[in-house]
Amino acid sequence: MLGLYSIKTQLKSFLIEIGELSLFTARYFREAFKRPFEFKELLRQCYNMGNRSLLLVAITGFIIGLVLTLQTRPTLMEFGAVSWMPSMVSISIVREIGPIITALVCAGRIGSGIGAELGSMRVTEQIDAMEVSGTNPFKYLVVTRVLAVTLMLPILVILGDVIALFGSFLVENIKGNVSFMLFFNQVFDALEFGDIIPATIKSFFFGLAIGLVGCFKGYYCEKGTEGVGKAANSAVVFTSLLLFIIDFMAVFVTDIFYDL
Amino acid sequence: MIEQENISNREIVLKLKDLHKSFGNNHVLNGFNMHLYKGENLVIMGKSGSGKSVMIKCLVGLLEADSGTISVMHNDITKLDQEALDILRADIGFLFQGSALYDSMTVRENLEFPLRRHTKKFNGHIDTEEMVVEALENVGLASAIDLMPSELSGGMKRRVALARTLILQPKIILYDEPTSGLDPITAKEIIILMQDIQKKYGTSSLIITHDVDCARVISDRMILLINGIDYAVGTYAELSSSTDPKIKAFFKH
Repeated sequence: MLGLYSIKTQLKSFLIEIGELSLFTARYFREAFKRPFEFKELLRQCYNMGNRSLLLVAITGFIIGLVLTLQTRPTLMEFGAVSWMPSMVSISIVREIGPIITALVCAGRIGSGIGAELGSMRVTEQIDAMEVSGTNPFKYLVVTRVLAVTLMLPILVILGDVIALFGSFLVENIKGNVSFMLFFNQVFDALEFGDIIPATIKSFFFGLAIGLVGCFKGYYCEKGTEGVGKAANSAVVFTSLLLFIIDFMAVFVTDIFYDL
Repeated sequence: MIEQENISNREIVLKLKDLHKSFGNNHVLNGFNMHLYKGENLVIMGKSGSGKSVMIKCLVGLLEADSGTISVMHNDITKLDQEALDILRADIGFLFQGSALYDSMTVRENLEFPLRRHTKKFNGHIDTEEMVVEALENVGLASAIDLMPSELSGGMKRRVALARTLILQPKIILYDEPTSGLDPITAKEIIILMQDIQKKYGTSSLIITHDVDCARVISDRMILLINGIDYAVGTYAELSSSTDPKIKAFFKH
């Protein structure tokens, strides 16, 4: 009975949070198109988020490319299909692995950062100080950050994909003596716009989700340092869950378009 | 209950009438009244959790009161739209308890920040550099202009926050616990600074504090906030000599 009550309470608070996040998202879209536009802060955020995530995304992408090729190679060799490696790796990286891994890395790096930063600003009354000074803190802090992640994530995904493919090429070159030209010719032969465009569109939505959840958790952070920690942590957990839901929906929609 | 009827011809710049504010079942303000005269230093004292900070936040529109009127320079802020409220806020300085400096910005950027939205107040003629330097000179910290907040001591942070409050040349300054967390010497320096600013600019000040010494030195008038109401109003001398046990409790050292 107590367990049922606990599930009911948790479900209720989860649904309330979803409702509040929806209102927050609606406010974001309302404020994003209203003047004044904070271009300077937007550029600063784009630089911060893009530049500071670059190395992490590059290293992750490179390792994913290496590991994927190393793990798949023996199985493909068994079937005598090792020549399909560039095609297989490129499609799996561009369609799925690249966007989701980059988004998860950015959820940890950027989402938690935003949650902690805004949470700390809330706790130390910096957001109140901004509002008292006549600046709309939602526009200055939330709109710029969400927009910056939304714009930067597709760029990071493309970069991550390219580096992952390079990692895959290195393995193929060392183990199978495949040349750079041969590998990438096969990669470009295998890829179509139908692989790249949905993945890029999906990346915009991933960026939007990371920004919105990070800002939501930080902006409404509870008082105290514990609240800041909670905001950062729950931003990552909630975003990661949301990323897989968005990914599933994106694949579902893309599949419908392929069938048409 | 001491009630002082100060019949005066002085202009009232800030007035709260029958202010109520609750958080769930916690009734914080239960019909609080006060008024602040032009050029006056009004101190509000109350126990922790008595609703002082809630009241001051209602005053600048950071919190929405459940009922009552809040008049700031003859504008009922509960009826103002966001744009009008932002314009009015240029005339109200707010010194936060923890200084609330933007920690990702330098001292210079902290001071420049409020100027971005209020160019109209100065008819578009803003020499940002000059205003920032002047505000910092007023608090004796011109040399800290390019430092980050993390490089400042508690007292310096409070001074920079005061400079940021002053930069828009407000008519009213609200101080939320201006000396809390500071050592006695630094606290005294901040009190002197507040007095200097009041003399120099003729601002009206509403000061929330626990610090009896601060109240004694700076107050023209005091209000004791007890159980969400303006329990007692008077000068420091009047209140400190009261025989009411609730009032006496505040002045025991």
